[in-house]
Amino acid sequence: MLSVEQDDEQAVREIIEMFKGKKGITIQLLSKIQNTFGYLPQEVISKVSKELDIPEATLYGVATFYAMFRFKPLGKYTIKLCRGTACHVQGSLLIAQEVMRYLGVSEGETTDDGLFTLELVACLGCCSLAPVMMVEDDVYGRLTPDKAVKVLESYRKAERGE
Amino acid sequence: MAKIAVRVGMASCGLASGAEPVYKELKELLEGKEVTLKQVGCIGLCSYEPLVEVDIDGKRTIYGDMTPALAQELVNSSFSPTQALREKIVYSDEIKEAPENRRMNKQVRIVLANCGIIDPEKIDEAISRGAYEALTKALKAMSPEEVIDEVYRSGLRGRGGAGFPTGLKWKFTRQAKGEPKYIICNADEGDPGAFMDRSVLEGDPHTVIEGMIICAYAVGASHGYIYCRAEYPLAIKRLNIALNQARQRNFLGNNILGSSFNFDIEIKEGAGAFVCGEETALMASIEGKRGMPRPRPPFPAESGVWGKPTNINNVETYANVPWIIRHGADNFARYGTEKSKGTKVFALAGKVAKGGLVEVPMGMPIREVIFDIGGGIAEGKKIKAVQMGGPSGGCIPSWLLDTPIDYESITATGAIMGSGGMIVLDETSCVVDVAKFFLNFTQRESCGKCPFCRIGTKRMLEILERISDGKGKMEDLDLLYELALQVKEGSLCGLGQTAPNPVLTTLKYFREEYEAHVKDRCCPAKVCPSLIHYVIDSEKCIGCTRCARICPVGAITGKVKEPHKIDDSKCVRCGQCKQTCPVSAISVE
Repeated sequence: MLSVEQDDEQAVREIIEMFKGKKGITIQLLSKIQNTFGYLPQEVISKVSKELDIPEATLYGVATFYAMFRFKPLGKYTIKLCRGTACHVQGSLLIAQEVMRYLGVSEGETTDDGLFTLELVACLGCCSLAPVMMVEDDVYGRLTPDKAVKVLESYRKAERGE
Repeated sequence: MAKIAVRVGMASCGLASGAEPVYKELKELLEGKEVTLKQVGCIGLCSYEPLVEVDIDGKRTIYGDMTPALAQELVNSSFSPTQALREKIVYSDEIKEAPENRRMNKQVRIVLANCGIIDPEKIDEAISRGAYEALTKALKAMSPEEVIDEVYRSGLRGRGGAGFPTGLKWKFTRQAKGEPKYIICNADEGDPGAFMDRSVLEGDPHTVIEGMIICAYAVGASHGYIYCRAEYPLAIKRLNIALNQARQRNFLGNNILGSSFNFDIEIKEGAGAFVCGEETALMASIEGKRGMPRPRPPFPAESGVWGKPTNINNVETYANVPWIIRHGADNFARYGTEKSKGTKVFALAGKVAKGGLVEVPMGMPIREVIFDIGGGIAEGKKIKAVQMGGPSGGCIPSWLLDTPIDYESITATGAIMGSGGMIVLDETSCVVDVAKFFLNFTQRESCGKCPFCRIGTKRMLEILERISDGKGKMEDLDLLYELALQVKEGSLCGLGQTAPNPVLTTLKYFREEYEAHVKDRCCPAKVCPSLIHYVIDSEKCIGCTRCARICPVGAITGKVKEPHKIDDSKCVRCGQCKQTCPVSAISVE
């Protein structure tokens, strides 16, 4: 992943070339920008808007409509805590509250140390393991509030080299 | 010599439960042996993951809760189960008393015929089980009209939930004027608690692709889209592999199988918006716009994506098509009821003993699915209701469990068939809480275009919050009911029109539970946080301090070996103290 401060002219150029003259590409375009930079930087949006002749309002309109897009960088680990039905009836709200307390963040926020971003998601589709959360690509099932916090503590410990 | 095949379930759930190390262990141990080892999709016995199936000359034995150590034992014993392994058998063709035989034998597998059997990343395995035979038959021996007629006669209806006759929909698209025509597969499975389509896409992508190709031939389309939610990365990966393999075999591309028919499929990834499961919103999203629905007519068959005639069906609908063409409409119509033919796949979850993916013939009573297949309620509790159809559906109470699964009967209860989410609720589930949960979901996912849905769902949610906070009035119940009817009537698309269903059904069947929240300020199921209190029984408490240590807000105090106390004003009702107490001294009042 590149940061905007780095020399990313080239990356933006490539994105523009990739989508030039194509129709119906707004979502893929935004996904590509987000995959490259980790989020949707304002300066990249405005540059792409000019070059591809798509109004900024259109790009922001689409970007704010879909849950996947974000305007701030993510933490090192993204937590996806499932709030689907099966998880709900197995107590996922209590887990969410406990995780928020432990991390000191609300939904969608990143911890001050930049380690975790907490996302509450509609359904991860692993209902038989409910309640479930994912940390990056790893799935943790049959959680309790206590277990969930222990999982996150293990990431913190690993980060400190313990 | 016996032919031995070993299959490891490696769909999302299996991987999450640790199938990967089991597979690796088997791979190492079976190196150079005359045994085929395969990664397969969902076998459907989700509560036993990771699962390993051993197939000896066609006789299957499925082992659950497998570990690398058990895998080693399996190989070392040359697949004749030792005592430790015997305990892990969940299904067997040979051992009659295996615990899940009944569950497996009650099912009819049309859509899931290959799921959990083939390696979804190898087209030859799908072909050896009959994939693309239907396509060959349709292209070589049937006219497009004959294909449509066959699908129509089979009685197949849309499995996305609404139940529109599939053959009729295809006919409309075929007859519509305008070129080119498109077909879309709706794989934006957004209902929380539903994972049927994900399992099919991960376990047998070819059946969906083949169904789409047959549909394209029938309606005269040259281009297809699969709109899949981005939350399903494994499904997208396997679809891409399957599409490429299908192209190499000329099942896709130009002059398919030597005919003059050209067709290809493109995957479009969703970006996280529940409303995009609605067909007009989905098409807007494919065009790269905000996924907002529009009024119908015109229906997609006349004016769909890019303003052209478009046929749109969901994953499960397409997955039925190859079977129908291969085995004939009459054979398909043998399953089911008069108006609902074939089978339906359900994702069984919630407070059921053994959740999982099941496929049952239409017409089976709900009770059989939950008790005979799902093993009843977990922890011996009593069933209260079953929630069908996700946020668009409703709660069917325990006294209506003999309702047969068909579109009309389910609709008559106030719920909907939906795409196949079946969430079981027991006596510890609060219906006000469940209704609030779904309203919270639909309210957040409302696209905001029409006021009934945008404002109506918000106001309904506020009323529900008041009730569950113990601040509701009796008039609120009537207001809630009236508002629910208006949102249902006045909303533009399916999302708003069905959003009140969870409220309407719970009000209809469980009004006394709502009243308890309002009149008695009490939550009978002991769920709503504002209406419950955690208390420690000083007689039972042994003063072990575990609860005081686990309490995240320091609400519990007490000396070692003396009874503890909970400060109710500090307590956040997380319930961790109750779970951790070794002598069950903590209860909820």
